[in-house]
Amino acid sequence: MLNGVLLLLACQLVGEAVARGAGLSVPGPVLGLALLAILLLRRPALHATVGPVAATLLSNLSLLFVPAAVGVVQLLPLLASEGLAIAGAILVSTAASLVATALTFRAVARLVGA
Amino acid sequence: MELDGVVTLWVYLRTSPLLWLTATLAAYALADELQRRLGRHPLANPVLLAVAALVLVLAATRTPYATYFDGAQFVHFLLGPATVALAVPLAAKMNDVRRLLVPMIAAVVVGSIVAIITATATAWALGASPATLLSLAPKSVTTPIAMAIAQQIGGTPALTAVLVILTGITGAVMVTPVMNALGLTDYAARGFAAGVASHGIGTARAFQVNERAGTFAGLGLALNGLITAVLAPLLVHLWQRLM
Repeated sequence: MLNGVLLLLACQLVGEAVARGAGLSVPGPVLGLALLAILLLRRPALHATVGPVAATLLSNLSLLFVPAAVGVVQLLPLLASEGLAIAGAILVSTAASLVATALTFRAVARLVGA
Repeated sequence: MELDGVVTLWVYLRTSPLLWLTATLAAYALADELQRRLGRHPLANPVLLAVAALVLVLAATRTPYATYFDGAQFVHFLLGPATVALAVPLAAKMNDVRRLLVPMIAAVVVGSIVAIITATATAWALGASPATLLSLAPKSVTTPIAMAIAQQIGGTPALTAVLVILTGITGAVMVTPVMNALGLTDYAARGFAAGVASHGIGTARAFQVNERAGTFAGLGLALNGLITAVLAPLLVHLWQRLM
């Protein structure tokens, strides 16, 4: 448990340091994700170290978005004045993006025989 | 306890991080239990329910968001390590991922362009202000990348942060019915679309359904962050030249 948490935090820390240091627009945790994936592929034994902590975090992933989401309260006046345009844009665009992504995935997978 | 005592206690608790940390976990635990009892119905999204409950409580107690966030930040902090943790299912499914690399890259490019164009075009048709249009362009990608893009193209990063959350909840609610309507049964394609269209909140929903869907959703969220950071400024520039 302790070593698993340490490994996650260390990967994030290296990711943050590289992202800031090199002035990349990629967020530190995304670089940390890439680093941990490389480590796991090189040394599969690390799965036993980090697996249980990762499973706990990912099975409660929705919870982690709640504090940021409550930030909606700060923009209620703007959301009220342009509410229709914003709601319309989000509904149409989210549905369109879901459909376009999934159908392209399926079509190209069939094309390349994957 | 007399009324004065209750008031004093409330004044103390209201500003302590413990109260709002506990309230966040309690609201989510209740929302999650409610969704479980409703057979994991997508409309009863736990983020949506928990946020609605907390917004009402903050409004009723006149608590500023900054006070709330002092407590809730401990949960918020875990988003970083959780993002890193996405590497675990990814590494475990590496063969599956390698095999589907070409379909993923094609799908993320199409999904990113469709998200940017349909969001800005719909808002424009419905009379949104230019600042709102530019803030909407990167709304499908994860918050830190979306805010950086908004800054770069002249949108409002704080507004983008909220639009990102609203998009995430919308995607998490929509993904199951939309995929069922399309007759898509492959959890790689379903999950990947959830991650591309609705980043981490869509990914959380995908993990709730199936681990393979969650893994591909995590890839969709990471790839779309990279692609949109390149495409959004290009498309905005093109649009400004045409108008």
